[in-house]
Amino acid sequence: MANSQRYTREIPHRFRLEAQKFDDGFISLPNRYISPISGTRNFEKINLSGKGTILSFTIVHTPSDQFKLVNPYAVAIIETEEGARLTAMITDTAFEDIKIGAKVELIFRKMMQEGLSGIINYGYKAIVCK
Amino acid sequence: MVGIVGYGSYVPRYSIKISTIADQWGDDASSIENGLLLTEKTVPGRDEDSLTIAVQAAKYAVQRAQIDPQKIGAVYIGSESHPYVVKPSGTILVDALGIGPNVHTADFEFACKAGSEAMFVAYSHVKSGNMEYAMGIGADTSQGAPGDALEFAASAGGSAFIFGAENVIANVIETHSFATDTADFWRREAQMYPRHGGRFTGDPAYFKHVLNATRIVMEKANLKASDFAHAVFHMPNGRFPRKAGKIMGFTPEQMQQGLVVSLMGNTYSGSSITGFSAILDVLKPGEKALLVSFGSGAGSDAFIFEATDKIVDVQNKAPHIWEQLKNNRMYLTYGQYVAYRKKIQFNY
Repeated sequence: MANSQRYTREIPHRFRLEAQKFDDGFISLPNRYISPISGTRNFEKINLSGKGTILSFTIVHTPSDQFKLVNPYAVAIIETEEGARLTAMITDTAFEDIKIGAKVELIFRKMMQEGLSGIINYGYKAIVCK
Repeated sequence: MVGIVGYGSYVPRYSIKISTIADQWGDDASSIENGLLLTEKTVPGRDEDSLTIAVQAAKYAVQRAQIDPQKIGAVYIGSESHPYVVKPSGTILVDALGIGPNVHTADFEFACKAGSEAMFVAYSHVKSGNMEYAMGIGADTSQGAPGDALEFAASAGGSAFIFGAENVIANVIETHSFATDTADFWRREAQMYPRHGGRFTGDPAYFKHVLNATRIVMEKANLKASDFAHAVFHMPNGRFPRKAGKIMGFTPEQMQQGLVVSLMGNTYSGSSITGFSAILDVLKPGEKALLVSFGSGAGSDAFIFEATDKIVDVQNKAPHIWEQLKNNRMYLTYGQYVAYRKKIQFNY
């Protein structure tokens, strides 16, 4: 993420959760072109619903400069209801509500920005559903 | 007839109490609350801006309309806080929602009425037969300088409305716009906070435009105050819209549902239209509602709507705005608030 070319290229998966469903059933987000299960290159594009479950998470207390303003923050591995596994920051959620098995929803948020004059990067984060 | 086929509103989960701000500056909290008739206001999260708010509101609108986003021919976003000075908010939103690329989009600015003017243009496109659906959005992360009166009300939120000619939930009965050059409130290029004319923002600005737009739109439609179930006016505070409503003959009961300002504050471009969204959440088939915005500089857009039988089918397909304002709130200290709003300078 960061520069304007990469930002533009990643819009389908970061903005619309556009994933690849391979013909062996593996679903990938972000994009990859070979299934790690069978090696097939045959896939169709699907849009994930944005609903999922936390498989694991951690709280980050020593962030890079880009994330110092949101320190501390949580990052989770999430399995979507379609079966895709992805990593996302968790936002708008008290840490005590972040649990393995908790239901989450992916929402559109600002991820980071290139200083005061660069591109603003948008993408998905997760909120725990209450 | 042409009217609204879907609507949605979103406010951030964070709020700050008016008493917290008053304590910071040594003001008397109860006299501020009684003067402005609001007790708290919404604050954007650190990863939110007017665009992320607009996207969430627009998603709720599409959810309610249950239409293919590709059929939306125009998207207009009104805001005083577009994330970029040069680079459209509209293109980011259409890519986030899967609208376009065959779409007309533009960013509007007209102080607090940029959202209703986006609605006005979207409605006109559909009415002219130019396109099947068009969306108008108003969203803001409003600016108010520390210690200024605006700081007690400037808040964050937004609403989106999709106009169409089929499966309409609220028909547009009449519209009117009223505008003059009035220097009541402004923000110059590269300035963080707006300036205003104090009491000059009242009678010569807000009331002149709101009352004229209201009177003329009701005359055009041949309707009187008692014909409406609900009315909402721009809400810079809780006092101005109540006074405008009273002058025009509306009862407190007709005003109550739209007065989201008491918990939301003034969301600038998202203010009156989010109050209107609260009205749509409860409007019954056949009932009429009045929406009158106000933008400094200055002007008002007035709309008269009448709900159809279909409104009850969509009201519960997305979160109601009063529920968002009352439930699951996270309250900030003043220190957290200035950090969230980037009112202090950081080294990174």
